[in-house]
Amino acid sequence: MTPPLRNGLLRQASTCLRQQRTTPVLRASRNATLQRLLSTLAILEQREGKLNMSSLASISAAQKLSGPIHGFVAGSNVKAVAEEASKVEGLEKVIYVENGDYDRGLPENYAPLLVENIKKGGYTHVFAGHSAFGKNLMPRVSALLDVQQISDITSIESEDTFIRPIYAGNALLTVQSEDSPKLITIRGTAFPAGAAEGGSASIEEGTDPKASCPTEWISEDLAKSDRPDLATAEKVVSGGRGLKSKEEFDRLMPPLADALGAAIGASRAAVDSGFADNSLQVGQTGKNVAPQLYLCAGISGAIQHLAGMKDSKVIAAINKDEDAPIFQVADVGLVGDLFEKVPELTEKLNAAK
Amino acid sequence: MASKLRILVPVKRVIDYAVKPRVNKAQTAVETTGVKHSMNPFDELSIEEAVRFRERKYPVEDILAFSAGPAKSQDILRTAMAMGADRGLHVVEEKTELEPLGVAKVLQKVVEEEGRNLVILGKQSIDDDANQTGQMLAGLLGWSQATQASKVDIEGDSVTVTREVDGGVETLKAKLPMIITTDLRLNEPRYASLPNIMKAKKKPLQKKSMADYAVDTGKRLKTVKVAEPPARQGGGKVEDVGGLIGRLKELGAL
Repeated sequence: MTPPLRNGLLRQASTCLRQQRTTPVLRASRNATLQRLLSTLAILEQREGKLNMSSLASISAAQKLSGPIHGFVAGSNVKAVAEEASKVEGLEKVIYVENGDYDRGLPENYAPLLVENIKKGGYTHVFAGHSAFGKNLMPRVSALLDVQQISDITSIESEDTFIRPIYAGNALLTVQSEDSPKLITIRGTAFPAGAAEGGSASIEEGTDPKASCPTEWISEDLAKSDRPDLATAEKVVSGGRGLKSKEEFDRLMPPLADALGAAIGASRAAVDSGFADNSLQVGQTGKNVAPQLYLCAGISGAIQHLAGMKDSKVIAAINKDEDAPIFQVADVGLVGDLFEKVPELTEKLNAAK
Repeated sequence: MASKLRILVPVKRVIDYAVKPRVNKAQTAVETTGVKHSMNPFDELSIEEAVRFRERKYPVEDILAFSAGPAKSQDILRTAMAMGADRGLHVVEEKTELEPLGVAKVLQKVVEEEGRNLVILGKQSIDDDANQTGQMLAGLLGWSQATQASKVDIEGDSVTVTREVDGGVETLKAKLPMIITTDLRLNEPRYASLPNIMKAKKKPLQKKSMADYAVDTGKRLKTVKVAEPPARQGGGKVEDVGGLIGRLKELGAL
């Protein structure tokens, strides 16, 4: 064997070694010239064959990054949902998995389903809403992929840097992640859903690992309401401890909500006292809302409550205590007895219709 | 024969919920020195639920309270024991702020070493607001999970959990072992009585270090900055309902 050939073989062998040692994914994400290699999977929610519009916020968030966006949806008869989603602006492809086992979004089998499809697609980012579904599911997926999820982001600074509220929104954390893929839940009110029409994504069937689910879904009890959905409503009226009882809450708040075409919310104090259902709770541990108008009565304005509504465009407050902290954030405040003021307001709004 | 419940309740020491957090001057973190701390409120619900299982004559073998964090985390483990946990396990970590994935990995080891078949965690801690650890632990262990629980019933090996979802509640059924995370309506945590606080001082509290678990708890996320949110200014008050409607119209909200 001649020396040059041996050298050549050695060189080849060492090249192989080098390739094995490198971690290309991480480097690539840092390299500006390779930014176009980003790709995002947006997890869409569906219910009984209907696309959940608030989950489209994942798509608008993903549009802040470069690269293609694929939507993902799973459940029974889900091809129709995929077709509906294919019209959403910004999507390149919709991946669907037709299997009734995923209808209830149970993470025990939904997480392995996502893991398979994330791996297959080689995505750099996976977005889902910070909804009951996303909160329940995404951390389980993160653990299976060994990545540290970033929850409830409100802003995207770059492909690896995000802003999220911490301490009930009393501080904003800018955080950078080197994980790949990056798993992220997004605050819907910070990324308004884009147009549900105008797109023309392709539709493709995803892989189904058919993992078993040891958990059995038994039943649900959802508040039936003709009013707008709290999380996405343009107007919200919200009641607090000042309402004094469930009877008074039910007597005063629904007519006001109807006069405005608003959703109904409540403070934690009102929920804890049993005046209102837990699903109506606005605040750190409840829903975050950011409507055009947030009108509250009998809410003093604890920091945990402010955390859930201070991004509203206009805040109006009725409270009998003129020193209540709510007045420090309200654009318009009215000091007075809500048992007089709320019915008067309802009446005047109805009269002006 | 039904399994005895061997419960693990992880608890976290956080800035007290009534204290308004302040960002430090360097904008690198929230100021924690000289600030009142207490047990994360959701973790109080977890301890309370475990203790109530025993009071409801469920076959509770023992309740182990766990915390990972600085020396002072001992205080909240004592509180947990004063509320009714049987013993405490403190993984002392002074330097690094642990991330949910790292904590979940340590908890996985604890579950295995201590033979746990039920873990009850708060749905989120009120400092980081991440809402991840319970679900991650369930994923690592491959166990059933029921998050945001408002009602839990156990019969033999079968656990029925009502959980808070968007717009209402749903009910799930699973077999032990499983993970439950707690939500506000689950119960009302008790205050520890003085005699129980005294008794808790004598309950066993074991100290360990991260090195004892040999898992990767290195930080995956880098804090670039911590900032105060933009302040919102109140817009003043109006005299009457007519004024309220007028002002809302001016603001374009009606």
